Amino acid sequence: MHALLTASAPELLALQEAGDASAVDIARAHLDRIAATDDRVHAFLHVTADAALAAAADVDRRRAAGEPLGPLAGVPVAVKDLFATCGVPTTAGSRILEGHRPVYDATVVARLHAADAVVLGKTNMDEFAMGSSGENSAYGPSRNPWDLDRVPGGSSAGSAAAVAALQAPLAVGTDTGGSIRQPASLSGLVGVKPTYGLVSRYGMFAFASSLDQAGPFARDVAGAALALEVIAGHDPLDSTSIPQAAPDLLAGLERGVEGLRVGVVAEFLATDGLAPGVKARVEDAIQRLGKLGAELVDVSLPHAQYALPAYYVIAPSECSSNLSRYDGVRYGLRVPAETAEQMMAVTREAGFGREVKRRIMIGTYALSAGYYDAYYVSAQRVRTLVTRDFADAYRRCDVLVGPTAPETAFRLGAKTADPLSMYLNDVFSIPSSLAGAPALSLPVGADERGLPVGLQIMAPVLGEATMLRAARALEADLALDPVPSGANALEAPRP
Amino acid sequence: MSTTTSVEQATRYEAVIGLEVHVELATRTKMFCGCAIGFGGEPNSRTCPVCLGMPGSLPVVNGAAVESAIRLGLALGCEIAPTSQFHRKNYFYPDMPKDYQISQYDVPICLRGELRITVDGRERTIGITRVHMEEDTGKSLHVGGSGRIAGSDHSLVDYNRAGIPLLEVVSEPDLRSAEEARAYLAELRAVVLALGISDAKLEEGSMRCDANVSLRPVGHTVFGTRVEVKNMNSLRSLGRAIDHEIERQTRVLTAGDPVVQETRHWDEDAGVTSPLRSKESVDDYRYFPDPDLLPVEPDADWIDRLRAELPELPAVTRARLAGLGLPAPQVAVLVDTGLVRVLDAALAAGAAPALAANLLTNDLVGWAAANGTDPADAPLTGAALAELVGLVADGTLSTKLARQVLEAVLGGEPGGPRAIAEARGLVQISDTAELEAVVARVVAADPAAAQRVRDGNAKAIGALVGAVMRETRGRANPRLVNELLERHLHP
Repeated sequence: MHALLTASAPELLALQEAGDASAVDIARAHLDRIAATDDRVHAFLHVTADAALAAAADVDRRRAAGEPLGPLAGVPVAVKDLFATCGVPTTAGSRILEGHRPVYDATVVARLHAADAVVLGKTNMDEFAMGSSGENSAYGPSRNPWDLDRVPGGSSAGSAAAVAALQAPLAVGTDTGGSIRQPASLSGLVGVKPTYGLVSRYGMFAFASSLDQAGPFARDVAGAALALEVIAGHDPLDSTSIPQAAPDLLAGLERGVEGLRVGVVAEFLATDGLAPGVKARVEDAIQRLGKLGAELVDVSLPHAQYALPAYYVIAPSECSSNLSRYDGVRYGLRVPAETAEQMMAVTREAGFGREVKRRIMIGTYALSAGYYDAYYVSAQRVRTLVTRDFADAYRRCDVLVGPTAPETAFRLGAKTADPLSMYLNDVFSIPSSLAGAPALSLPVGADERGLPVGLQIMAPVLGEATMLRAARALEADLALDPVPSGANALEAPRP
Repeated sequence: MSTTTSVEQATRYEAVIGLEVHVELATRTKMFCGCAIGFGGEPNSRTCPVCLGMPGSLPVVNGAAVESAIRLGLALGCEIAPTSQFHRKNYFYPDMPKDYQISQYDVPICLRGELRITVDGRERTIGITRVHMEEDTGKSLHVGGSGRIAGSDHSLVDYNRAGIPLLEVVSEPDLRSAEEARAYLAELRAVVLALGISDAKLEEGSMRCDANVSLRPVGHTVFGTRVEVKNMNSLRSLGRAIDHEIERQTRVLTAGDPVVQETRHWDEDAGVTSPLRSKESVDDYRYFPDPDLLPVEPDADWIDRLRAELPELPAVTRARLAGLGLPAPQVAVLVDTGLVRVLDAALAAGAAPALAANLLTNDLVGWAAANGTDPADAPLTGAALAELVGLVADGTLSTKLARQVLEAVLGGEPGGPRAIAEARGLVQISDTAELEAVVARVVAADPAAAQRVRDGNAKAIGALVGAVMRETRGRANPRLVNELLERHLHP
């Protein structure tokens, strides 16, 4: 395997500083990798090869001239197709935005550019970030590089698949109820859902505004921390952005877990649908944390069991309003009809997929006069209770741990007929989303089929540094090979 | 229907009227983005991803709009909510960029105020339910058909207006007649002008008014079914629409039919209201708190400062102007047009009140009407007005010549009143010797008129004064001409 492809983001920075690789070498290696593998992985909806090479050449030129460079100089990044990219097609995985070219860059994208990262292109996703497998993309599913018959998870399916397939060392995705953590878990990656408000939502096509949060994918903790530092920090264009500068996440990364109080969420490990292979790896990982000097504490999140139903009221309610603007009037698809009202109706009928329509209908119903209190207001109360559970737990511990997802990567088509079984994939990730608190998924080994298992590490609001430090300690101790392996993996010899 | 019957019915029912007034704020930028606010210009030239509702864009509250809302609330005696919230009002319409409007709903920024009005010498206090902030929509232009969306060939949308901050002022149903409604709207407009938060032009839509009208038998306390009437774009049209709606509902009730709760469109030309089929047929807006915006929490110090810095409000202004000896109708014009600002600036520069007020309410208002402009937009500073008044006071100009100079100033002639008067040779002739010669000539030219004056016919002197004015092209000092003629004819 090409060393530039397996290198982490910090390693790619070091290679360039040492003069052992240029940004153009790195960009070309990854673009070649995409060209060679994406027919099978389908991680990308749009590859911006020319712009990537130009950006890389600019980095090389400036490095040669001794000019200052950004913290991600020459490091390729794949961007979920939910982020506005000026002049570059941005579809949110939806037919209704086919060919849509935004007139501006999302803040996350602007910050990647400002950090001199090399954006490779836009990654596939469940339509408008609604889904847990990538199969709700209007442009066909992405595949899991660990087993091409299986899903990479979702909704940030392409971002996860790209990093797992060594097409990019870093990707940015978005997480509303688990859309970074669950695909990170299923694809053997580090995926971070930051504190709500840490990363600007400006230019991120909204699904559920009170929950949506952007975050990084990487094959290593340091790469994820580096990318998060770059995209985090206050943005005056987002009123919900936390008014403080980006935290320093790298400085304390190697400090270990000695004395760290790690809460083990009892309810998560006792969940019926938790696959034995997942449970075994998660329990192993927890024991390792104990051996590394962490203090293990049993904690309970009694209301966490109500988080999923509350989420499926709040998120569809917000989405039903957020997705109203796709009406055929100003941009995107327009299906002609006799009247403006009919045009809007037939455009939306033709442009949205089944899952999106399902959630718009659920949300419209939940917000309707006469039902609002019973559904939306009740769900917000549950949200408050879940948040309090976390607050109680964090009085006794610094981070919480549990599984990220109840099972490892499932086969394409396995859950498409049953939305509820699909929703249950996010049962462990949704509680911290409702609390607005950070959480990540860290690869902790494989199940009996050789498929990756993720450990979820959760922290209180703005506890990213502690959370990443715990992840790094465990990562170092496990020393797993992040390159996909397995019978039907991308790297397996073709029959 | 005979006149007698309608008089009888008019005594049986009482009108209950509440107004919802939208005030377009004259902030520099829009409610939730940095786009400029202005009139005219190319369609969609003052737009950005936020006010076009582009995917991914987010609103950020304009602090200046919040300040305007608080100031109006304070002027109306409202409580300023320590925490208020923006909601989303969801409905589909092509001129709504996001297909929801960001508006305040159950937690508005200002609550429970009042406005005093005077109708026929009787003062009444009208309750203000609330003042809340929201964003304006774009403007649709329906091409072909009747000009309404139904039946048009196609529609064009201009989003320059989309996102302009609006304040909605909701009154209690305390108004009882078209006259009271007009007085209320005029008074509210005067308050808004005094605060300087909007140009409040009903004709141009920067102030818009919907009326909720219902009838109930006199003496009853339960409200009747209300009808919302839209599209009144002047005080006159508000009065006409309400009168029409009262008559219409009276007819319906007298015929034993129920009034249908609906929204009706006022047709200014036809002078009737008709049912409006539009977005209002959707009655469930699915309001919920906008998750993109934090609650508005103005700090108490800010509110106190705004309260302390409130300008003089119209009721106080009227009393003050009356104290200067100006007659009530003139005071009303000065306050309603907003010209009181110019007057006050002129007074501050030492102008005599009556002369200054006359030039404004007679001459400037007349000039604006003839030119089809708003008096408030007239290019006259208080300093220029004071200079002009000074020229009249010291006898340099007659009031008639002052009018000519004023028109020159308003027409954009540079230099100021004194320079204009001198350049045009308009300076009044107050030179006794010069006028004496003209008087002598005029008397000699019309001996018959001169004789009539000598015979005691006082009115006959008018013809001679007129002749002197003609000879001097209006520049003669009229008072002096009269004196000289009297002396000449009654030595």
